[in-house]
Parts: sequence; C-alpha cells; structure tokens
Amino acid sequence: MVAIVRKELADYFTSIRFFVLFLLVLLASAAGLYAAYQGVRSALLETGAVTGRGFVFLTLFTSSGEVIPALIFFIAIFVPIIGIALGFDAINSERSGGTLSRLLSQPVYRDSVINGKFLAGIVTLAVMVTTTVLLVSGYGLRMIGVPPTAEEIIRLFIYLVLTIVYGAFWMGLAILFSVVFRRIAASLLVSIAIWLFFAFFMSMIAPALANAVVPVSDTSTEAVLIQNAELQQTLSRISPNVLFDEATTVLLSPVVRSLGIITYSQAIYMIPNPVSLGQSLLLIWPHLSILVSLSVVCFAISYVLFMRQEIRAT
Amino acid sequence: MTEELAIETQDLTKNYDGVTVVDHLNFHVRENEVFGLLGPNGAGKTTTILMLLGLTEPASGMARVCGFNPTREPLKVKRIVGYLPEEVGFYDNLTARENLKFIAELNNVDKAEIERRIDEVLEMVDLSDEKNVATGKFSRGMRQRLGIADVLIKQPKLIILDEPTSGLDPKGINQLLDLIANLPKMGTTVLLSSHQLYQVQRVCHNIGILSKGRMVIEGSIAELGRQALAGGRYLIEVETAEPKAELIDVLKKIKGVEKVETEGNLIKISTDSDLRSQISKAVVDSNAPLVQMKVHEFSLDDIYMKYFKEE
Repeated sequence: MVAIVRKELADYFTSIRFFVLFLLVLLASAAGLYAAYQGVRSALLETGAVTGRGFVFLTLFTSSGEVIPALIFFIAIFVPIIGIALGFDAINSERSGGTLSRLLSQPVYRDSVINGKFLAGIVTLAVMVTTTVLLVSGYGLRMIGVPPTAEEIIRLFIYLVLTIVYGAFWMGLAILFSVVFRRIAASLLVSIAIWLFFAFFMSMIAPALANAVVPVSDTSTEAVLIQNAELQQTLSRISPNVLFDEATTVLLSPVVRSLGIITYSQAIYMIPNPVSLGQSLLLIWPHLSILVSLSVVCFAISYVLFMRQEIRAT
Repeated sequence: MTEELAIETQDLTKNYDGVTVVDHLNFHVRENEVFGLLGPNGAGKTTTILMLLGLTEPASGMARVCGFNPTREPLKVKRIVGYLPEEVGFYDNLTARENLKFIAELNNVDKAEIERRIDEVLEMVDLSDEKNVATGKFSRGMRQRLGIADVLIKQPKLIILDEPTSGLDPKGINQLLDLIANLPKMGTTVLLSSHQLYQVQRVCHNIGILSKGRMVIEGSIAELGRQALAGGRYLIEVETAEPKAELIDVLKKIKGVEKVETEGNLIKISTDSDLRSQISKAVVDSNAPLVQMKVHEFSLDDIYMKYFKEE
C-alpha cells in the first residue's frame, strides 16, 4: 500500500489541479488576512479582548473587513471544493483509463487501492489546510504583534483537525460517487450538486419547512416562536456545512456559549466573557462526532461498493 | 500426472444478470506452452481470464492456476501471473519507466533490482529509447509493447494476454508474435486470447475454441483440423493430367475410402486413415499421369468456420 500512497501523492502534488487549488488557497489566505487587517481593531474593541480578557490572536481568523469576509468563511467554502477535487475521479478515472484491471492484477489487496487513495487525499488536504493556517498565523503575528496563548494554539489545532475531517467527508463523498458512477463528469457533477444544495439551498429550505410545520404569525406566543426557531435549527443541522460553521464559530470565538435559542430575558443575565476550552468542546462535541462519523460512513460505503464491484472494463 | 499443468479448470461457471457467460468450462494448459483461447466476441474469453486471475468470482466450479486457487488465494496467483488486459491503460502523466517502476514496487521487487529489470524488459520490447517519454504520447503499438514489458517485469510463470494484437499494424503484430513465441523458452507459459485466427495458428501449440461459454473443441491445431473437417478422417487431393472414370472406380474400391469427388482434374478422396501409398499405387497402375498429391492441411480458419457455421 505504501507504493500506492506514494504514487497517489506524487500524482496529486505534480498535477495542475493541485497547483490551481493551492493558488486559490493562497489567494483566500491573503484575502482573509486583508480582511483581518481591516477589521481586527473594531472586532477586538467589540469583544472586549483589548482589556485582556479575550483572545486576540483568534480574532485574526474570525474578523471580517469592510467588504471581504473573514478567513474562516473562505476556508469553509474552499475545503469542500478541495475535498471534491481530490476525490471525484479517484476510481472511475482508473477504470476509464484501463489502469484499474492492470493495477488489480498485481499482488495487492483490493482495499489497498481505495485506502491508499483516501490516505493520500487526506495527506494532501492536510498539507493545504495546515499551510493556510500557518501562513496566516505567521503573517498575522507580524501584523498585530500579539503572540497566541497556549489555549489559542490548542483551539487552532482542534480547528485544523476539524477542517481536515470536514474536507475528508467531502472527499469521501466524492470517492463514493467515483465508485458508483462510471463517468467522471457524472461523479463531479453529483458531488458539486450536493455541496451546492447544502451550502445554499438548505438555508432556504429549513425556514420554509419549519414555517410549514409550526406556522408563526405576529400574534404567536413565545413558546411557538421558540418551537419554530428550534425546528429550523434542527433541520438546517442536517447539513454538514452548518455543523462545520457552528463548530468553527464556537472554537474560534470563545465568547459563544450556546448554539441554541437564547431569549432576551436570558441574554441580559449573561456575562460577556469567553468560556473555557472544555466548555467550548462540550458544546461542539456532537458536531465533531457527526462530522467524523459522516466521513467514516462515506468511506465505508465506497469501500464496500468497490470491494464488490466487477472489474470488467465495459 | 507427469506433466505439470499451468491452468486447470473444473466446471467453471459464471453468470451475469441471469445470463450464463461461462458454462461448465473444462480445459487445461500445460506448462511452457502457448495456448490459444479462441472464440467470437462475447464467447466468455475475458470472463474466463478474470476468473483465472481471481478478479471475478466464479458462480460454481473451480480453477487452479499454477497450483493455486485464484478465488481463495488471489494474491499468490497474481504474484506469479502477468495479465495484459485488452484495453491496457497507463498513467499518461508518468513516463514509461515510472509506470514500470510503480508495477515493480507493487510486486515488491528489490530496489536495486528494479532499474536493471526496467532496462531489461524495455530492451526486449524495443522501447529503450522511449524510456523517459510520458506514456500519454505513446502510439497504440508502443502502448501494447509497453504492456508486454509491464507484464514481464514481474518475471511471471504464466502470462495471460487478452487480444494483444488488436489495433496493431502488421509490423507491430509480427514483433509481438515473435516475442510471444519466444516466451516458452524462458520458462513462461502463455495463455493467448484472440479472435485473430492466423496469429493464433502461428504461435500457439494448442488451442481451445470457446462458444457461448463452452469449450467446443480443444487440442493441437493439426488434430483439431482432422476432427472438425472430416470427422476424424483424412482428405487427400490427387491431381492427374486426365482423370479417367475407371480410376475413380478403382479408388472407391480401396478399403477405407469413404467418398471420392472430382473437380476438373482434381480428385478429392475422404479416407479414415492415411492411405496415400495405396492411392498413389492405384493412380500409377491406371496409367494416369500424376501431377500432384497432397494431404489437405487444415488451417484454423476451416476449423473455426466449421464450428461457427453450425450455429
């Protein structure tokens, strides 16, 4: 399997696809940095981080500029695209190129092929995401001159792992379609369609569905309003994009203490200080586990399908 | 059994979507021979090969390849069997050398040994000059030859070639056939699947004809010709300057002669054994000037046509 991983990695790193993606990632980092340059001062004043109670360094990643959104927004958009780009032709390109039967007639276990591809994809993904975070950290440090605290480093590291898992989910999904569909165009289109659905349409469908199930009007009671909002949230959480966004927010904006509905009467009693890392993690534990299990499920299905698939070229 | 068998199948059967593609197939290939697997498209040749390699599971029956069961021990089979698929594909972005290196690595060839073997096999298929050219730029013939190199690099005991000559020009075909014909001398058994009869006839020691998943006939070409065309009989052609009616009568009376037909100066005699000496004596005795006489040699085309005309 080592030989397969090595070859796949060499393929990824020398491909034009990788080059283009990396360029995109670098541009996104630059844009994110610029956004932070514009917005970090006001963001720090808002959260009260300047008084020494908050996290200055994390604000680099979460503050948006006047028109340019924050870096985490760019990452949330790009990571699924990178995942899909790395996985969409994993198996069916081998099949259409006639290399699959040649590869499988060598003394390798059939699962080494798909495992090797998945592993090489994750390594590539990790390299890209880590580079982005390190680049932004380095330049950001130069820009604001405030070093990260130990907790910020841990939070950033967990964010990094979360991002890789999220990317791995999209790659797993794309690999699954590359096993199911014989045509490369089909697997690419279906992967992108699903991403589009979750990224854009889910946020429109969830309120519509919630309003249909729990109708609200101007005269609705507070209980009904809360019920509607909660349903809306539950529905939108079907989308892995929403899970990732929520988890990111909690990790990188430690002042966020709840993802649920907070009424005004509750909010006025809240102390606007950051919560501890343990509490933040507790809040996003379900998100993390769902994202991990989604990746595992996608990979497992493609694994099983691939193991049972006929090798015939036609 | 004194002879070692490279391939042996017992009632090998495979169904796809309820259609029986390979139907209780029995055949064997001896070591160090070139065996030709013939049949029209869709006869089940490729499916049979995939089962022999353990890439597809048989519905029932069993195969043994070099003593291993490909369904149970696919890796052991794949380690000693080289397979050239019909549509051979290479990683087009890699060079010929890199493609071969990858396959050598998958076969756990020693690092120090890899480069030497790459040079050796590329030399054999006459691609040494294109060693560092990306395979995407290769012509069909070059790809096919690289495919052979790719198979040889693992130094297999058995090579399975699926339609290796399709899409090649006559020169390419000749080169390839010469290469194949030399393989048994190096201790390699070859299973050649094809519907190119002439090529099979040129290099194969034994052949088997598949039709609708069944082996309709199996054996050496000479043997098969007699079985197929004359039902175990000989066909002897005699050409005389001026055929006489009494000669025909005399010939008909020879013991063993079944049928005598005339076609101009040509007399075609079907017999159940080699009666050349009796026939020549009869012709000479009749004072008819003998121009020529020969035992009909069967080409594979005759055999093949005979089998597929019957359907």
